[in-house]
Parts: sequence; structure tokens; C-alpha cells
Amino acid sequence: MAETPAEPTRRDFLLHAAGAFGVVGVAAAAWPFIDQMNPDASTRALAAVEVDIAGVEPGQAITIMWRGKPVVIRNRTEKEVEEGKAVKLEDLKDPLARNANADANADATDANRAAAGKENILVMTKVCTHLGCIPLDESGEFGGWFCPCHGSVYDTAGRIRKGPAPENLPIPPYAFLTDTKIRIG
Amino acid sequence: MSGHSTYVPKTALGKWFEARLPVVRLLHDTAVSYPTPRNLNALWTFGGILSAMLVVQIVTGIVLAMHYAADSRVAFQSVEGIMRDVNWGWLIRYLHSNGASMFFIAVYIHIFRGLYYGSYKAPREILWILGVIIYLLMMAAGFMGYVLPWGQMSFWGATVITNFFTAIPIIGQPIQTLLIGGFSVDNATLNRFFSLHYLIPFLIAGVVVLHIWALHVAGQNNPLGIDVKSDKDTVPFTPYATSKDVLWIVLFMIFYGWFVFYQPNFLGHPDNYIEANPLATPAHIVPEWYFLPFYAILRAIDFNIGPIDAKLGGVLAMFGAIAVLAFLPWLDTSKVRSGNFRPIFRVAFWVFAVNALFLGYLGSVKTDDIILGMQAVRWAQLSTAYYFAYFLIILPLLGYIEKPKPLPLSINDAILAKSAAGSAH
Repeated sequence: MAETPAEPTRRDFLLHAAGAFGVVGVAAAAWPFIDQMNPDASTRALAAVEVDIAGVEPGQAITIMWRGKPVVIRNRTEKEVEEGKAVKLEDLKDPLARNANADANADATDANRAAAGKENILVMTKVCTHLGCIPLDESGEFGGWFCPCHGSVYDTAGRIRKGPAPENLPIPPYAFLTDTKIRIG
Repeated sequence: MSGHSTYVPKTALGKWFEARLPVVRLLHDTAVSYPTPRNLNALWTFGGILSAMLVVQIVTGIVLAMHYAADSRVAFQSVEGIMRDVNWGWLIRYLHSNGASMFFIAVYIHIFRGLYYGSYKAPREILWILGVIIYLLMMAAGFMGYVLPWGQMSFWGATVITNFFTAIPIIGQPIQTLLIGGFSVDNATLNRFFSLHYLIPFLIAGVVVLHIWALHVAGQNNPLGIDVKSDKDTVPFTPYATSKDVLWIVLFMIFYGWFVFYQPNFLGHPDNYIEANPLATPAHIVPEWYFLPFYAILRAIDFNIGPIDAKLGGVLAMFGAIAVLAFLPWLDTSKVRSGNFRPIFRVAFWVFAVNALFLGYLGSVKTDDIILGMQAVRWAQLSTAYYFAYFLIILPLLGYIEKPKPLPLSINDAILAKSAAGSAH
């Protein structure tokens, strides 16, 4: 027989087709065994929480759990609001508002970080954007939050000012149901 | 050196077995007649010590799993129940937690032995890479095990380490969600870490079998780094190496026992005796000591490199510090294995060893602490630079510029020369 490479035969096609079906079968069987580790139905169904903030005086903050993470609601003092407003946008490490209630490209001005029409109320997820620790309240050199894990510092509007964290503390979706009641989520 | 087998079945039962499943032959060739270089020093007993520690961890771990409950509501209490109520529970728990530290002490000595004597060089590259895989599996097992008591360090260590993955662009966040099974570290995370912490030691045992297999194909390296040339260079594994291994395992167990019985919490962190609190991160969060050098490398990168921000850069540097080990056989260009014959290498190696310890120290302090007039984070940057320079610059260059000392003709020659020199005095 000549040694010239033979044209692909129909038998070759059968071998490749069988192999391809095998690969698809293995992938289809593997996916459920990977996807089972994703959040389960009870986790995904986590409902919104409602919070009464009537008792939170200026200068006070409460922390509630939402989706397993702390959300801080701070009634800021006038001084804190003024400090937040006085910061120039170009001095910020992260220029975006990171506010789920505002436009994705909104600037990180103090107004875009605070509640609409209530510039003293700051609602945000208190999870450091570096590696997920909880920053300490009323600490750090910018009068806001300080993360003890790797030294990130946030200002009075929860914006990142110093340290390894790349972004401002995120603001979750929320709405005022009444003047003193907030729904988060 | 995997020569032909010398096993001859003598008894009728032995012959019957041999014709059906020659497992006795396999054991005899592996653990009895296997030729061992006759000049091995005590550093060569750490493979045996590591095998012993793997057995200790698996046995104590299985026992602990009989009393531990992987549920975030009761995990912490179940560990306290082991300490207070389970018969000998305090002993078994401390053996397991300190056992992890001993395992890592032994593996670091084992790795540095290999680094110094060139045990990663041809024909032992696969042996070395299997070792790097075991090391990665050990770190994964050590990390997940530390999460199980559900103390403050458990919870926040799990948060920080799973957040490493969020540094990866685009796919990072979905990977993290997949790992922790929710929006934050919670019961789902604890549950799966328990399952994986049980699985990984058996994966390690499987890779250890391959590791020993590769060792027995290539043959053991020795302090001279030269190949075995004749039967005069070796002794049978049993009884010579076996008894020496057992002696050093016993000595190591005394060291281990001292920690378990007199300082069981010295190597741990007191904050892990506080139950996990998802609302408060402890002020002094520090990883387990055996992760400190890599933690220091992670924190050293506090600057952006082009499109790579500090967070991703730190994670890449940390994983790169381990990944570079896998490429070591091809980075060291010198033909001479043992550091004993490499004058410049010896200096670079010892600086590397001291630098690794220093990185560990830097991982334990705050980044803005001042050490000898400089911030710890700046020292960590220098140390990280040397860590990578050793592998990527110094070792590749040394092979070309270094003039090694003359090598002895054989292991036997070197021993005879040494004893002749000794008797002349």
C-alpha cells in the first residue's frame, strides 16, 4: 500500500463525532457539579429589609445586616456634610459615585453619595472594597472610616482617600418609604 | 536507580501471593532493598517526618470530624465541646491544630533542603513539581481547616482570602461568589470548606504516592549532588535509612509534643477564641504564621503598575511567588547540583533564606511600623524584590558566571577521603 496520507474517511468522521459527543456529555455532567456551589435559592431569595431611623440623631449611625453584610446608616452632622462637600473631585482616588440609585457614571460628589433630598443621611455597605473587611466608624484621618485589615481610609462620604482599596464604599439600592423608614434592597 | 528487583519469595504463601498480586515485591523494593546514597545527612529525614505528619493530621482530623458540626450556628460551640466534653478531645484538637504548624515547619525545611542541594535539577524536575503541587494543596487544606472553628480569624481570614479572587477583572467576582456560595462568607461557605478540608488530605496522599514514585525512579539526591556510580555508594533503605528516619521522627515528635503539652496556643491567634462576628473585623488581623511571608508580599504591592492596580498586583505577586517555584528547574542554569560546590550560590541562597524569614516577620507587623528607620512596607518591597530576583535573575546568571569547586569522583571516594583526612590527625 502506498504511504500517501489517505483522504479522511467516513470512519474517521465517526470517530471524531463520537469523541465530540463524549466531550459534550462530560461538560454537561460537570456543569451541575460546579454550579451547585453558586448561591442557593434561599440565598438568592433574600428579601429587602426595612429600617426605622427615627431614633438616629445627627452624629449617630446604625448598622444593620443585609445579605450577610453590614449596611451603615449614618445621620451626618453638618460639619461632616460640609467636609464631604469641600472635597474637590480631582482629589478623590475613585471619581465614581458607586451609588446603585444613581447613574453608573455619576461623579462621586457628596450630593451623589447622600440620600436624595436628605444630604445628611448616608446609607452604604460597610465592606472595604479592598479585601472585604469592616471599616471602623468615626476613625481615620479623613473623619470617616478606617479599615484595620490593610489600612484603607474613607472620608465622611465613604469615599476612598488612602490605602490599597480601589473604590468608594458601595451604596446599595434603597428607598425612603416614609421620612423615617428606609427599605434596603 | 530503579534497578531490578531483588525480592525472592521464600514461603509457600509468599510464592502463592507473588503469582497473583506481587504487592510484597513492591513493598520490598520500595522500603527495604531500595538503594540509598550512604552520605545522606539529617536533612534527608524530613520526607519521612512529613509522611508521619500527614498520617497524624488525617487520623486526628477524622476523629475531630466525629464530634465537629459544620454549621455556622454551632461550629464554635462544637469545638468547645470537643475541648471540654469529648474524652481526650483537648489533646486531639491541639494535636491537629499544632500538627498543621509542624507540618509546615517540616515542609519548609524540606523545601530549603531541596533548594540548597539542587534536588530540583535533572532528572528530578517532575519530583520537584509534584512537591510544589503538594505544597499548594497543603496551603488550601491549612486555610480551610482554620475556617472550621468559626472564630474571628476563621471568618475574616476566609473573607480576605476569598476576596483575593475579586481582584481578577471580569471573572473575579463570579469566582468569588461560586467559592463562598452567597453574597458574603456564611454557612454555605463553612459547609463546603468542611467537605473540601476532608477531601484535600486524600488528594495530598495521592500526590505523595506519585512524589515517592518519582523519587524512586530518579533516585535520591545527596549532599554532594553527584550521581550514584556503583553499589559502594549506597546502602539498602532498610535498616539503614529506616532507622535513621525513625530516630528523627521521634526527635521531631518530642519537639511537636512540647508545643502540644506546654504551649498549645503559642502558634495560634487569640482572636480565634472569639466567635465569628460578621459585623466587626478584629483590629489586629494576621494570618497563620506559615502564610506570613506570602502575606507580606501581597501587602508590599501598594502601587499601580500600568493597568494593573495595587490590589490585583499584590494578588499576582503572591501567587507568582509560589508559581515561580514550579519553573525553578529551568531557571537555575548551573550544571552543579549541590550548593556545597557553588561559592557564590551559597551566599545568594543564605541571603534568600534569611530574606524569607524576614518577609515572615514583616507579615506580622503593621505596614506603617518603622523598622530601622524605614516603613515596614518599604522593607517588604525590597524583600519581595530580592525574592523574585533570586529566581529570575541571580540563579539564571550564576550558571554562566560562577566557577564551581571540583566535584569528587564518587560518593564513596568522598567518604574515604574524609575518613582518611580524619585518621591522619
